[in-house]
Amino acid sequence: MSENAKLPPMATGSFAERAVAWSKKNLFDGWFNTILTLGSIAFLLWLIPPIVEWAIVNATLSPTIEGCAEVTGACWGFVNANLRLILFGTYPFDEQWRPLLAMIVLMGIICGSLGAVKYPGLRKAIIPMWVIGVPVISVLMWGGVFGLTYVQNSYWGGLPLTLILSSIGVIFAFPFGLLLALGRQSHMPAIKTVSVVYIEVIRGVPLITVLFMASVMFPLFLPDGVTIDKLLRAQIGIILFTAAYLAEVFRGGLQAVPRGQFEAGDSLALSYWQSMRLIILPQALRLVIPPTVNSFISMFKDTTLVVIIGLFDFLGTVKLALRSDPAWTKYYVEGYAFAAAIFFLICFSMAKYSAYLEKELRKGERR
Amino acid sequence: MTVATETTTGAVPPPSKEDVIVVNKMNKWYGNFHVLQDIDLSVRKGERIVICGPSGSGKSTLIRTMNRLETYQSGEIYVDGILLGDDVKNIEAVRREVCMVFQHFNLFPHMTVLENLTLAPIWVRKMPKKEANDLAMHYLERVRIAEQAHKYPGQLSGGQQQRVAIARSLCMQPKIMLFDEPTSALDPEMVKEVLDVMVELAKEGMTMLCVTHEMGFAKEVADRVIFMDAGQIVEMAGPQEFFDNPKSDRTKLFLSQILSH
Repeated sequence: MSENAKLPPMATGSFAERAVAWSKKNLFDGWFNTILTLGSIAFLLWLIPPIVEWAIVNATLSPTIEGCAEVTGACWGFVNANLRLILFGTYPFDEQWRPLLAMIVLMGIICGSLGAVKYPGLRKAIIPMWVIGVPVISVLMWGGVFGLTYVQNSYWGGLPLTLILSSIGVIFAFPFGLLLALGRQSHMPAIKTVSVVYIEVIRGVPLITVLFMASVMFPLFLPDGVTIDKLLRAQIGIILFTAAYLAEVFRGGLQAVPRGQFEAGDSLALSYWQSMRLIILPQALRLVIPPTVNSFISMFKDTTLVVIIGLFDFLGTVKLALRSDPAWTKYYVEGYAFAAAIFFLICFSMAKYSAYLEKELRKGERR
Repeated sequence: MTVATETTTGAVPPPSKEDVIVVNKMNKWYGNFHVLQDIDLSVRKGERIVICGPSGSGKSTLIRTMNRLETYQSGEIYVDGILLGDDVKNIEAVRREVCMVFQHFNLFPHMTVLENLTLAPIWVRKMPKKEANDLAMHYLERVRIAEQAHKYPGQLSGGQQQRVAIARSLCMQPKIMLFDEPTSALDPEMVKEVLDVMVELAKEGMTMLCVTHEMGFAKEVADRVIFMDAGQIVEMAGPQEFFDNPKSDRTKLFLSQILSH
């Protein structure tokens, strides 16, 4: 203990001296840590150079099969040549500026909404942004008005489809999950039972089953002639599925808020909904930011499963591109690496935002 | 408001105008545990009552039934002439007039002190924000903590937090205040600052029911002291008689235990 209690030595000497001191303390502190350090370095030396060689040094961007055949490294030419197919799927080629613009608008609204934590002035703009943005995106994607040709949503695909499915999924699954969590805690037996049964049944089956049910079974219950759009069914399936998971996350948060907070709300004559909105949920939701974002990341990746009901999400369009010409098929590693990189970028941003949000909301409190 | 009607307990006298709380043959069970047994109690307007007793005697449970944080199974409770039963409207009406100060303060950690105070006036009393802020600052000054208005509860000491909690209750301008062991969770050096505020309140004529072991406080301000044990009111008397001439052996034992140091 006495050693720890000493003040840390002052940083003195040249940069080299400090670097040596730092390494001794952090990398070569005892024989066991020295072995770990050397082992890690050896592993990285073994792993990184071949990857760099393959992905950068020996790679080509040449968008032809001939160009790719000449190099021993990665054929990014596959991505280069099929970029528009990968990004926009089967959306009519000449109209692909529309999903691009829709995607940009959507990203803008999302960034604007998330940025409201940093810039409180944006808070009032969130609802107007969505109220205006969603119709704009719909018009761009569907068209049929303002001289835009109508594009059936079975032609939608690629990154815009993935982003739309997941952001609409978040927007609807969040409140629905919240209601389920509150329902599960309700004193009213009917509401409680319905919530519990719903959560347990949906959590108990794979998403793929829910999507199949939505796509194959659900239409059987509809009267003849009534059809519900395939995309809409997939969207509803994703929402219903994610809400069940979120409900359990939120329940954890609600249970972590001390009993006394509920009692204080009651004793001040606040109604149930006032107490929930003003006292309980702000605390409960903050506690569960990490698992909530975890669920959203999960959902974002799960949207790839819509491919089984015939929709081409971002991963689906990569497969589509690989199949578009047999000559490209052998470059599947490059295709999947590209898809993985985009997925990683988005998921990592979500994780980073979650950490930032937690830090930001904790400022000033609980010191 | 609900007027007293005939009940199974027999002839019930209608609550008198003077009595702001009437508890009539009230019983409560937790499962098989009979936590409150045949409680009869009337509290007049402006009366200050201290309730003491060993832990588990039901004293906290008793005052928590008076704003329906706890239910009861038989008998009845009238608060300000309103029957406190299952009726949600009645419960809300009672809670608007009765405020509670808790052992663990139960301030809202995600709001500033000022926001803690203005929440109920704004949402329950529908008071304009400006007016609520003025009201809050007035009561913060009264509990001598106005300079902390923009801090968060977590930045205050226990004594300061409890004074904020008292001010938060006062902002509802209640007719009755319930105190549930308000100084038990405090460090000893902070007990006085909270008791001082409570004494001031008592002297201004607030109707108060305090569950506390602060016998000095009881002697100074209480009109009546109630001793509870095993879910029953064992003894109820003015402070002088209660401390100098307790009748029940259980009261004598209890007093000898807590006054011996």
